[in-house]
Amino acid sequence: MSFFDYFKTKKQNTASIAKERLQIIVAHERTTRNQPDYLPQLQQELLDVIRKYVSIREEDIQVQLDKNGNCSVLELNVTLPE
Amino acid sequence: MAKIIVVTSGKGGVGKTTTSASIATGLAKRGKKTVVIDFDVGLRNLDLIMNCERRVVYDFVNVINGEATLTQALIKDKHVDNLYILAASQTRDKDALTKEGVEGILNKLAETYDFIICDSPAGIEHGAQMALHFADEAIVVTNPEVSSVRDSDRILGILQSKSRRAELGMDPVGEHLLLTRYNPERVLKGEMLAVEDVKEILAIKLLGVIPDSQSVLNASNQGVPVILDENSDAGQAYSDAVDRLLGEDKEHRFLDIQKKGFFKRMFGG
Ligand SMILES: Nc1ncnc2c1ncn2[C@@H]1O[C@H](COP(=O)(O)OP(=O)(O)OP(=O)(O)O)[C@@H](O)[C@H]1O
Ligand SMILES: [Mg+2]
Repeated sequence: MSFFDYFKTKKQNTASIAKERLQIIVAHERTTRNQPDYLPQLQQELLDVIRKYVSIREEDIQVQLDKNGNCSVLELNVTLPE
Repeated sequence: MAKIIVVTSGKGGVGKTTTSASIATGLAKRGKKTVVIDFDVGLRNLDLIMNCERRVVYDFVNVINGEATLTQALIKDKHVDNLYILAASQTRDKDALTKEGVEGILNKLAETYDFIICDSPAGIEHGAQMALHFADEAIVVTNPEVSSVRDSDRILGILQSKSRRAELGMDPVGEHLLLTRYNPERVLKGEMLAVEDVKEILAIKLLGVIPDSQSVLNASNQGVPVILDENSDAGQAYSDAVDRLLGEDKEHRFLDIQKKGFFKRMFGG
């Protein structure tokens, strides 16, 4: 390996890419972890209803249940097309 | 009161069995009455690592099914006193481990032993869930690599929701990160996740860092847990981990490149 190659590979630093990817996937999986079983079905049905009026893609809708003490919040996020 | 410790990971081949053998041996060497149980039904391995494969007559499932007593099935370790091994069954029936059966055996063992080490199979299915269900503490074995870290996080989720402690609303299972197959040289080159990275992502207490070491293979070739190779880096790292498990405050070693590695880097390959 030449002197310059050494710095090139050093710059690439695949470990930091790994860390970033992990932070994203782990954060995502933690929020979906303790979700009730009915959530995917609920999401599908909401998608069907919204599609009666606006055309959206599958990934434009997000449903999530958050528990705060004794109160649960159902969060519904829909991204409408421009 | 016996302490039940599961050695788990989600991902396969990361070093659970190597760890179970060394931690159990280390605890026994420190005078704790210890039993180590192989939960890997169908794929028994622990007996090989501990060099008792030819002394297995009855196994875990035989005891659950009442075909043998615990006393008949427990194998006394040849290397250290205070240590017994309960081998996994080679039956192909993965459901042979019932929750009630496992609980009965653990309760019985808890009467005489200080530590019960459960060597979990890979995965997050039935076998892995049985191994962690009754745990008081969990050693989460992780390699510095994306799929292993992700699987460790999943296992943490299961510990927090499906263990007996979680189901009964007791104090949560104690979580310990054991980073294994660590290579400081590759970390320095930016090719491998650093111990701080993994700690930050999983956000649990660090029990130890075991270097990636030829001594592990040498030990397993001979059927001697690597912790008994007191001159080896991996053996010493496991020994420190056992001390920490028992509450000692020990500085982490083997996180940086050993001295000779520096010159090798400058002048060698
Ligand atoms: N620190 C280490 N350095 C080098 N090799 C290691 C280290 N730890 C484990 N190994 C090797 O990795 C392989 C897998 O180890 P081990 O059987 O302990 O993993 P496991 O998690 O129990 O696997 P499984 O999921 O199949 O039960 C073995 O060949 C072992 O020698
Ligand atoms: Mg194993």
